[in-house]
Amino acid sequence: MAGKTATRQAYGEFLVEKGKTKADLIVMDADLSKSTMTNGFSKAFPERFFNMGIAEQNLFGTAAGLALSGKTVCASTFAMFASGRAFEIIRNSIGYTHANVKVCATHAGISVGEDGASHQTFEDIALMRTIPGMTVLNPSDGESAKILLNQAVDTDGPFYIRLGRAAVEQIYKPGADVKVGKAVCLRDGKDCTVIATGILVGEALLAAETLAKDGVEIRVVDMHTIKPIDGEMIEKAAKETGAIVTAEEHSVIGGLGGAVAEYAATHCPVKMAFVGQPDCFGESGKPAELLKKYGMSADDIVEKVKMLVG
Amino acid sequence: MPDANTIETIKKAATEIRVDIVKQVYFAGSGHPGGSLSAADILAALYFHEMKIDPANPQKEGRDKFVLSKGHAAPVLYAALAERGYFPKEELWKLRRLDVMLQGHPSRKTTPGVEMSTGSLGQGFSASIGMALAARIDGAGRVYTLLGDGELEEGLVWEAAMAAGHYKLDNLCVIVDWNGLQIDGRNDDVMTVAPVDEKFKSFGFSTLLIDGHSIPEIITAFDAAKAVKGEPTAIIAKTVKGKGVSFMENEAGWHGKAPSEEETKKALEELGGEL
Repeated sequence: MAGKTATRQAYGEFLVEKGKTKADLIVMDADLSKSTMTNGFSKAFPERFFNMGIAEQNLFGTAAGLALSGKTVCASTFAMFASGRAFEIIRNSIGYTHANVKVCATHAGISVGEDGASHQTFEDIALMRTIPGMTVLNPSDGESAKILLNQAVDTDGPFYIRLGRAAVEQIYKPGADVKVGKAVCLRDGKDCTVIATGILVGEALLAAETLAKDGVEIRVVDMHTIKPIDGEMIEKAAKETGAIVTAEEHSVIGGLGGAVAEYAATHCPVKMAFVGQPDCFGESGKPAELLKKYGMSADDIVEKVKMLVG
Repeated sequence: MPDANTIETIKKAATEIRVDIVKQVYFAGSGHPGGSLSAADILAALYFHEMKIDPANPQKEGRDKFVLSKGHAAPVLYAALAERGYFPKEELWKLRRLDVMLQGHPSRKTTPGVEMSTGSLGQGFSASIGMALAARIDGAGRVYTLLGDGELEEGLVWEAAMAAGHYKLDNLCVIVDWNGLQIDGRNDDVMTVAPVDEKFKSFGFSTLLIDGHSIPEIITAFDAAKAVKGEPTAIIAKTVKGKGVSFMENEAGWHGKAPSEEETKKALEELGGEL
């Protein structure tokens, strides 16, 4: 297995590479370019990079104006300030106009770690997936992040791409067959399906190993695209395994779990359980400690699976 | 000094626009006449003199762009666009109804000539920054943005202003429709926005203070803005809310209210139009 990479690191590398061939690509930031990793692009293509200062609302308003003038725009800040502070600008100036803006939001979820509750967003998937026409992506590793980002940038319309601060294990090989809107079955099993997204995909794979030792075979699905959700994959999981656990680094209210439950309730009712941030704020700590304390580790997935399959 | 013919053409257009504002809001039964009437002369000057546009080809590359950041004044924009030939005037009388092109606030997806969907204050100005940056990259076109004075209370306006100054957007011209009134009353009573020109100046703008109902002053200001290099321009246009309809003038109550049939007839009589 290759070394660990943060999805934000992959994003930074992707931008520098894509900038070479896509002449209309504009990258924007709000004084966090060293953290969001847009700084590589800013050095390589200074004439196509705009730092908007600590002003997230104007970051996305300006991004809309550039996109509606024919540019492809990747605009970055921390997920909290993109999805939270600038929500209404993204909704009205980018969503309503269907502008070609990729909101590339880094430092999502509790794995932002030591910065604490003010910077840990658990609401962004819920907020972004309510905007009509918004595609919502949450890659699980650096390789799939690059593949999905490339498709997003080559597809017209608004995207929300959720990226993390912490380095994560590589799951996919370079150039793997990952497509926006098509979930990936990473491991097959008959007893239960864990549908995970983002860094919880890695935790789900660890949980599968543990459960296998107890004779429980789980299917692990990477739902990297939360909107539009891959209903076919959910339906197959419901019919073939009879139970679904969702796992995400996001509130249990309104995120991946909500999206899967909405689909399952109307198409293929099935026993479900949810792994995610409980309805409370986080705190400072190391990512692994926080995932454990707030119930988003491999052990928590194991527990929820056992609860469902008895 | 602009020639007499130009001024006469713009004045005639402004009167037509005012007539069509009153009729639109009357037929719709709701909408915002006060802040539409105050901006009629500014939009007439933009659409009938200043901007390089082609109504037959609204998406023409390199065109000048107008953004109505005070989106609630949609009737003045629609009247100007229809008068200029972007769509038939019959559309105006269907404003705010189901399944029509003219939404309560401007929507670029449904209406030819509308450059930005606005209505949530401050966002049109912010988008204008992006349009001006893009126009600079592409080497063509100027961007004109109309802000309300109450709109200046939005924080986003000053984020956008700071960026316009920082990026020295001399292809951007902001016009403030300074009629002094907002929904709940006088700006000075609700939230002090004055001094407006000093604020823009301190954010790196070249500023001009004009009578927003004097056509010669408006077009002279646009010429001056084009001559400015290295700075965006803010034209602070002193206007009268409800301008042209005696009983609407300087009345905050006419910010967002439709006239009755009787009031409409009286208004049109004053403006020289008819139902």
